[in-house]
Amino acid sequence: MGFATLAYAKLSNMLLLLLSVVCCAAAAYGGEPSLGKRSVPHYEHDSSSAVDSSQDMRLHVFTLDYEYVQIPYEVTLWILLASFAKIGFHIFHRLPRLMPESCILIAIGALVGAIIFASHHKSPPVMNSSIYFLYLLPPIILEEGYFMPTRPFFENFGSILWWSVLGSLLNSFGIGLSLYGVCQIEAFGLTDLNLLQNLLFGSMISAVDPVAALVVFEEASVNEQLYMMIFGESLLNDGITVVLYNIFIAFTQMHRYEEIESIDVFAGFARFFVVGLGGFLFGIVFGFVSAFMTRFTHNVSSIEPLLVFMFSYLSYLCAETLYISGILAMTACAVTMKKYVEENVSQNSYTTIKYFMKMLSSISETLIFVFMGVSTVGKNHEWNWAFICFTLFFCLIWRTLSVFALFYISNKFRTYPFTFKDQLIISYSGLRGASSFSLAFLLPKNLFPRKNLFITATIVVIYFTVFIQGITIGPLVKYLDVKKTNKKESINEEIHVRLMDHLKAGIEDICGHWSHYQLRDKFKKFDNKYLKKILIREHQPKSSLVSLYKKMEIKLAIEMAESGMKISKSSTTSPQSGRKQRAHRLSPAEVEAMRDVLAHNLYQVRQRAPAYNRHNLPTDTSEKQAQEILIRREHSLRQSCRKGNSLPWGRPVNTTEVRYFSLPQGPRQPTRRKVRHVTFTDQHRSGSDAVLPLTSRSQPRTRPLEAKQRQELIPMAHVDRRAGPSNLSARRGNSVSRHRFTRAENRAPMPKARFTVREMEEYESEEETETMAPARTLVI
Amino acid sequence: MGSAHSVPAEMRELADRTGFTSEQIEHLHRRFKQLSQDQLTIRKENFDSIPDLEFNPIRGKIVHAFFDKRNLRQESDGLADEINFEDFLTIMSYFRPIEMNMDEEQLDRFRKEKLKFLFHMYDSDHDGKITLQEYRNVVEELLSGNPHLEKESARSIADGAMMEAASICVGQMGPDQVYEGITFEDFLKMWQGIDIETKMHVRFLNVDTIAHCY
Repeated sequence: MGFATLAYAKLSNMLLLLLSVVCCAAAAYGGEPSLGKRSVPHYEHDSSSAVDSSQDMRLHVFTLDYEYVQIPYEVTLWILLASFAKIGFHIFHRLPRLMPESCILIAIGALVGAIIFASHHKSPPVMNSSIYFLYLLPPIILEEGYFMPTRPFFENFGSILWWSVLGSLLNSFGIGLSLYGVCQIEAFGLTDLNLLQNLLFGSMISAVDPVAALVVFEEASVNEQLYMMIFGESLLNDGITVVLYNIFIAFTQMHRYEEIESIDVFAGFARFFVVGLGGFLFGIVFGFVSAFMTRFTHNVSSIEPLLVFMFSYLSYLCAETLYISGILAMTACAVTMKKYVEENVSQNSYTTIKYFMKMLSSISETLIFVFMGVSTVGKNHEWNWAFICFTLFFCLIWRTLSVFALFYISNKFRTYPFTFKDQLIISYSGLRGASSFSLAFLLPKNLFPRKNLFITATIVVIYFTVFIQGITIGPLVKYLDVKKTNKKESINEEIHVRLMDHLKAGIEDICGHWSHYQLRDKFKKFDNKYLKKILIREHQPKSSLVSLYKKMEIKLAIEMAESGMKISKSSTTSPQSGRKQRAHRLSPAEVEAMRDVLAHNLYQVRQRAPAYNRHNLPTDTSEKQAQEILIRREHSLRQSCRKGNSLPWGRPVNTTEVRYFSLPQGPRQPTRRKVRHVTFTDQHRSGSDAVLPLTSRSQPRTRPLEAKQRQELIPMAHVDRRAGPSNLSARRGNSVSRHRFTRAENRAPMPKARFTVREMEEYESEEETETMAPARTLVI
Repeated sequence: MGSAHSVPAEMRELADRTGFTSEQIEHLHRRFKQLSQDQLTIRKENFDSIPDLEFNPIRGKIVHAFFDKRNLRQESDGLADEINFEDFLTIMSYFRPIEMNMDEEQLDRFRKEKLKFLFHMYDSDHDGKITLQEYRNVVEELLSGNPHLEKESARSIADGAMMEAASICVGQMGPDQVYEGITFEDFLKMWQGIDIETKMHVRFLNVDTIAHCY
């Protein structure tokens, strides 16, 4: 209850803030007409200043010149306003689930439009054809391509390609032709719209922007296939629609459409393919070139983001020069580049690239939506009931038709056919977005005398789909109970099912059954053999070791913090070891955490698509892992403290039990610790340094001690552990040395804290991990 | 394209025993010959020639399962050194899809056999129980595809899973009880929720396999 009121308070604060900003903006706009020219209100002491300001030649202490900064000022104000709205949107937690974020952007745009309209202000010319295509569109495309989850995409590639290409074509032609049919009816007053114009409109309006729907999907956790279909569609759809758009514009520019012969239509088709495929090839070439360049940048890491952005942009521009689809080129470039660039660039550059990309695309989208809002509340409209209603109607109908028709065919080739419910959801998620509006806005007026009609119709369709469909799609998904990703109730099930997946894949490989894994594996082999050698920097293993190290240090820091906590709690007195733990159910949080780890980290045969949200970055897995480790450690800490205080176990040490946990046993005697140090100096193995020998040595020593303390559950573990590190001690290199000091130093001040068995084991296991992890790649 | 050396009578016998059709047997036989390089038996090393298997994290266990005598329906225990075609077919028969004409009892037996195969994969020391360490092994192998995940996480996951298994199988345990390991009956209980018949099967096609887009 309190939380809700808090949220409400926050929201009201946000709204107040928003309102104040709006008032400022309004004041700026409102004040502006009165400024007009360079009028100079000066605040001199001189009283004669009021007399004749325009002819005053004195130096002015205080001047105001709005026109100079007008355009950047207003643009910045818009963007800030949209950002405030987004903040408010996310603070109020329920909203993001109800509606897509595009709703807020559109609302802001309408608000700004209303203000501008009310103050009779001439809005800055943000949107014209060259600005849109050269500056506003590329960041959006780049961001979509870069953050695309590649593995699920390529697994479903056939279906996605089939669906996007044919779907767009079907939709465009369908809507265009049907509208043309409607236009022929005299009563609606639309007879001056010829076939080409209708076809063009059809292609424009079929540009779908379902990314907005993806957020809702993620919330409802629909199955991965559905997610990928929609995602892939949004990616390819933009490119295809723009290609169609340009072809139709080219047709329109030919003098009279009666002159268009079949040869031209044929040429149009051929051009479609050339443009599309050419775009892909262009993009791939540029992707490789840029990946190659990043190989050499380890001394100038600050230019790495620059390389990435400039090369992608260059691919776009080059493609556009040749009238090839720049969008597809850029997408292909981003996808190709990502894999290699991520391995080459430094961590900071990587983060920079991600954030900067998100920022740019966010700005672009905001500007487009605001502009759309501005155009909404304006004078350039033409309302025609028939056209608009039929447009809406046909959009819905044709999308549904194309979905069902195309999926019916592609289901025959899929092992995972889409059910009726899935198809219904896909057809309902056809939200229109910024791209349709932009294309409508940029129609050349001379060729399209009724351009305003198109704009109005487009805006109505966008509003309808975004608001009504966007809001209702969530409940619809829940109502239809679309097959969800299998959120298992138990960890066991998750493990077993994964095991089975792998088993199945293995057997399929053995019996020579061709599956798409083979194709992917073949590509991987080619990749490993040739591409990676050329495109990725050398000394790769070191970097993964280094990153592993950093992680160990973070964990060490966490441990230090915790052991500080532990000392403060009174756990030093419980001498009971050999306690056992009652089998209690894991807390839901723990189960959730474990499941998350399993879901994200099990080597998946079919990986889940990570959450894609245009407006936020996907969370980093390693952060989550670190968090999760922290959660578990806290839990264990709490447990051990609880036990220390509440349960009077006077059990002697030798009883069995530890079941499956290395359970907290109570603090060890400090002597144990010395043992560790002693062992360190004795058995010095060759090759490696510090920590590794420390750990591996400690184990044989402590093992017998532990065994005395409690009956070790598993003699095998014993064997494994010893066997493990010894193999690998030789492998550890110089990178260990630095770490050694931190470890030793850190251990010194904390004699007591660490020695519960659980943490001891964990501690050991960390170190083992150091040794184990890099070895994995070699052993197998 | 049957090779001459497999007599129809033998084939029929094999077909009866393992449940495959004769085309499937021929197809598998071709594969067997390819794997064994035209020898009569396969050894563990022959499995190295399958490059795609390298990416599989539980590769070791799978190969091991082929040579596990318990899976080969032999009375003895331990590992065989080499298997012949008949054994190969026997292992493959665990992965047959269910057929429509199976009755209740056959289905149940089928399910049990598949589960037993899985159980043997977990239980590497052949003692009839999955102990904590074996379970840990499995989870670690599964997670080995991600080199950045610490073993400790894998361990905790295995521990948690084991505890869950205990609570499913034995319910609330008293302070004195020890849970030794998962027996086959417990294993069956855990699998009640998952329908293994639909998951654990491979489509054995009759002719040269076709590429599927998933």
